[in-house]
Amino acid sequence: MLAACGLRSANELFDQVPAAARIDHALNIAPGLSEYEIADTFRALAAKNAVGYASFLGAGVYSHYRPVVVDTIVSRGEFLTSYTPYQSEISQGTLTTIFEFQTMICQLTGMDVANASMYDGSTAVPETAMMAVRVTKRHRILVARSVHPEYRDVLRTYAKNQGLPVDEFGYDDESGKVDLGDLDAKLTRETACVIIQSPNFFGIVEDTNAIAERAHAHGALLVYTFAEAVSLGLLEPPRAADIVAGELQSYAISPSYGGPFAGIMAAKEQFIRQLPGRLVGETKDTNGNRAFCLTLATREQHIRREKATSNICTNQALIALMATVFMELYGKQGLRELATQNLAKSRYLASKLKPRFNGPSFNEFVAIAPGADEINRRLLERKIIGGLPLARFYPELAGTMLLCATEMTKRADMDTLAEVFNS
Amino acid sequence: MIPSKVRRHLVQNEHLIFEQSSPGKKGYQLPALDVPEVDSVAALGAGNVRAAIEDFPEVSEVEVIRHFTRLSTWNYAIDLGMYPLGSCTMKYNPRINEAVARIEGLAWAHPYQPESLSQGAMEVTERLEQALLEITGLDAITLQPAAGAHGELTGILLVRAFLEAQGSPRKRILTPDSAHGTNPATAGIAGYEVRNIRSNDQGMIDLEELARAVDSDVAALMVTNPNTLGVFEENIVKAADILHAKGAMVYMDGANMNALVGIARPGDFGIDVMHLNLHKTFSTPHGGGGPGGGPVAVRKHLEPFLPVPRLRRLNDALTWDYDRPQSIGKVKAFYGNFGVLVRALAYIYAHGGPGLRNATVDAVLNANYLRHRLRPYFDLPYDRPNMHEVVFSDDRQAAKGVRTGDMAKRLIDYGFHPYTVSFPLIVHGALMIEPTETESKRELDQFVEAMIAIASEVDDEPQTVLTAPHMTRTTKVDEVTAARKPIVRWRPA
Amino acid sequence: MNYPEKYRYTKEHEWVALEDGIATIGITHHAQSELGDIVYVDLPKPGASVEKGKTFGSVESVKAVSDIYAPVGGEVTEANDLLATKPEKLNEDPHGAAWLIRVRASNPEEFPHLMDAAEYQTYVGAES
Ligand SMILES: Cc1ncc(COP(=O)(O)O)c(C=O)c1O
Repeated sequence: MLAACGLRSANELFDQVPAAARIDHALNIAPGLSEYEIADTFRALAAKNAVGYASFLGAGVYSHYRPVVVDTIVSRGEFLTSYTPYQSEISQGTLTTIFEFQTMICQLTGMDVANASMYDGSTAVPETAMMAVRVTKRHRILVARSVHPEYRDVLRTYAKNQGLPVDEFGYDDESGKVDLGDLDAKLTRETACVIIQSPNFFGIVEDTNAIAERAHAHGALLVYTFAEAVSLGLLEPPRAADIVAGELQSYAISPSYGGPFAGIMAAKEQFIRQLPGRLVGETKDTNGNRAFCLTLATREQHIRREKATSNICTNQALIALMATVFMELYGKQGLRELATQNLAKSRYLASKLKPRFNGPSFNEFVAIAPGADEINRRLLERKIIGGLPLARFYPELAGTMLLCATEMTKRADMDTLAEVFNS
Repeated sequence: MIPSKVRRHLVQNEHLIFEQSSPGKKGYQLPALDVPEVDSVAALGAGNVRAAIEDFPEVSEVEVIRHFTRLSTWNYAIDLGMYPLGSCTMKYNPRINEAVARIEGLAWAHPYQPESLSQGAMEVTERLEQALLEITGLDAITLQPAAGAHGELTGILLVRAFLEAQGSPRKRILTPDSAHGTNPATAGIAGYEVRNIRSNDQGMIDLEELARAVDSDVAALMVTNPNTLGVFEENIVKAADILHAKGAMVYMDGANMNALVGIARPGDFGIDVMHLNLHKTFSTPHGGGGPGGGPVAVRKHLEPFLPVPRLRRLNDALTWDYDRPQSIGKVKAFYGNFGVLVRALAYIYAHGGPGLRNATVDAVLNANYLRHRLRPYFDLPYDRPNMHEVVFSDDRQAAKGVRTGDMAKRLIDYGFHPYTVSFPLIVHGALMIEPTETESKRELDQFVEAMIAIASEVDDEPQTVLTAPHMTRTTKVDEVTAARKPIVRWRPA
Repeated sequence: MNYPEKYRYTKEHEWVALEDGIATIGITHHAQSELGDIVYVDLPKPGASVEKGKTFGSVESVKAVSDIYAPVGGEVTEANDLLATKPEKLNEDPHGAAWLIRVRASNPEEFPHLMDAAEYQTYVGAES
């Protein structure tokens, strides 16, 4: 091959790289390992993490059972090792699954259109804010303090550089729902959107319609976000919202120390051209057969460049496929039954502890927990990872922790946790 | 006439899942509830409980398996053959990476579990940080960004924060006209205006044009190196000097880093900040569009601004440091696409230092081989040695009415995925070909044969090319109707 | 191609016709053929004001977006509703039924400074 290129040595391939730019040593990285050694290395690393603990952590990342079929399907090379389906004639497999994904996200959220995925819930939130700014031509963002603290952090990072002030409104000290009075006080003619999360970070279900009325009365959009997608199987869909964004980690996506997950973004029909990210549409091929292709691409960076709706290119397709398989396996009945089990488990746990808020909770809740860190330390001795002490994100909620129970939480572990809590 | 790589076989038809649904079917089992049942209306309030999810699928497990298996056979994939998409770096995705990412202690680690019980995950992060710093020659790195474009945003925000600390974030980002669309789009989202810099007749940064464009309003130049023509920017050090002299910085889009690993380090040629695409250079699977990983490496002066949290080693234990007053904040919840990081580290372990360099050599050799084999048949607008990819134009074929997009579709009939079509924009009718180190000479030769056959079809029977593909179960797709009357979800008839 | 004599033309391939102080603006046959199949047209609403030389809307094909520039300034009195549902009309009848907007021209004397049909014909001949 070198000869075909008219070269004598492989080093000549790099003659175009100026000497000054060339590395003057071999990379200081050990020689390659065999497959067995690699597996062994990672097994040893994994063993330094928690293994064999029961866990009550939620807070945006949930422990749900992953049906084995999910990995069977996403491990197929045709899905795993293909690129973005730009060439529709040889990508109908991926395109069809995305079309089903978009459809199910619409069915679950009550929206008309959904895109093919965003990086995760936290990055979908600032995208909704930028979208609301484009739609309303206003530039203030109003976000509930009960939205996931890390989502709000990411929102601020994005918003700051575009000159979009982000204001926060509070939560009601008793119910844990948003404080409607504070919302009223902060809504102005400049508010592009109001962003809420439901169930919110405290696990409480918000009164979406009441919030929507207020936002709309001021000409602002309502953005509904969720971190616990299992709730969609049971909760009234946020039809009053204009844009929905959320995180699908609960749909057969392993916690994986925080990623990769899959974010969604959905909206009312009239906003379709302001939606960021990829969209799959239905059409026909030259034989008249149903076919799918990426569509409305003029919204995207490769065509509209600096005027694009977003800079997103690579998304989370394979992870969204996990969620797609999960949704189809569970189906209409299953998503409801799963959500109902989560509710029952978490209510059982709550009944043994002292909830901090009295609003309706889904599968997590804030428990009063004086000396939260000490409780967690004692739980670890019993091989239990307790809840998330909230002082870290909400200083005023020191002495509480956020606890989650799912279909995978065993009654015996909940009883042990309650015993440690109450002793 | 269609050569040896493909022949027809049966493909199953398959309806959408909604059209196969029948009431009461299920594909799941839940354990029996071990706590008292709860009435959801009583617990949540009637207004909060939904009716059944309208038209949601109801199918059995085997129906789900068959559904996706049948759909999968409608895809092309690296596992089926060469996938020469330029810029996208479609290399083999080793399966050991998939296996280790699924080890329970890694896959089930919760981001909020105590640090004392997360040391393994943090060590994966630390080891990958160290390896990538060695590869880039830069001083500090964050692994948080979820993909290349997200890394670009992070990197430009770092530049912005640094300049702001000096008094003004400045106004403008420069991008060459050969840049990928995410570069200008990122600059826009980071609050900058964009100015396009025309490339010189070699397709490279024009130093004079650059010098004219750089003033005290310019925050940075975003440059891809090797550039999107697959050529090393020979004046990169001088370009960096021009920017640095005016207090501006150089951002490197590292999408093409697979041409440099073990050969040259951006830290040694004047780069201040760059991203890597773990899903390109480091073999993590593209998965039909994602996920990715877009680590951002920086020179020392940008380190204080990196996103929180930063990994630190304190008395033999790793900890996440949030106390970083100058940080740009968070760019993503938690610590990045950790599962992708695991795969990238496994790739680095499998190759080792010498193996990583060999992969670069093979990728560059493969691309040069293709250039030599194909140049008699296709126009090469910038005729010079290339690195990991080569860009032809459809100039000769366009004269016969056949464009790059048509030949790309015809390539499908020969059993290959098309090359990248019509990018970079500085080449009219571009055919951008990137073989990667994965391909053997045998596969490359089959590809060359296919391209030569297409070139002669353009001469002899252009209609065959213009109406391609002919061998696929789905023939040419009507994208115009899709865009005029968007149907983006299924609805019952 | 015959470019109507009564229109004036711009270098950005818009045409404009003036009648009783109302300017009707469209894009030329040449522009639509360069774009290919047009899938979407974005136009300002009546009441909006457009500025001479500034972009007031865009025309999209599947893989390209093209800005449209106002040949004359003024207030938009009408936008062509037909294009919202039938963007393909812009390919079929760019000089007729598929006009884009009507503007109450604030400066009708700008009109004669634009290219006439013969000049435009030469211009697109030279460009292609
Ligand atoms: C040159 C170049 N820059 C940037 C990107 C964007 O990277 P990503 O898709 O990971 O966001 C890509 C890939 O699509 C690319 O090829």
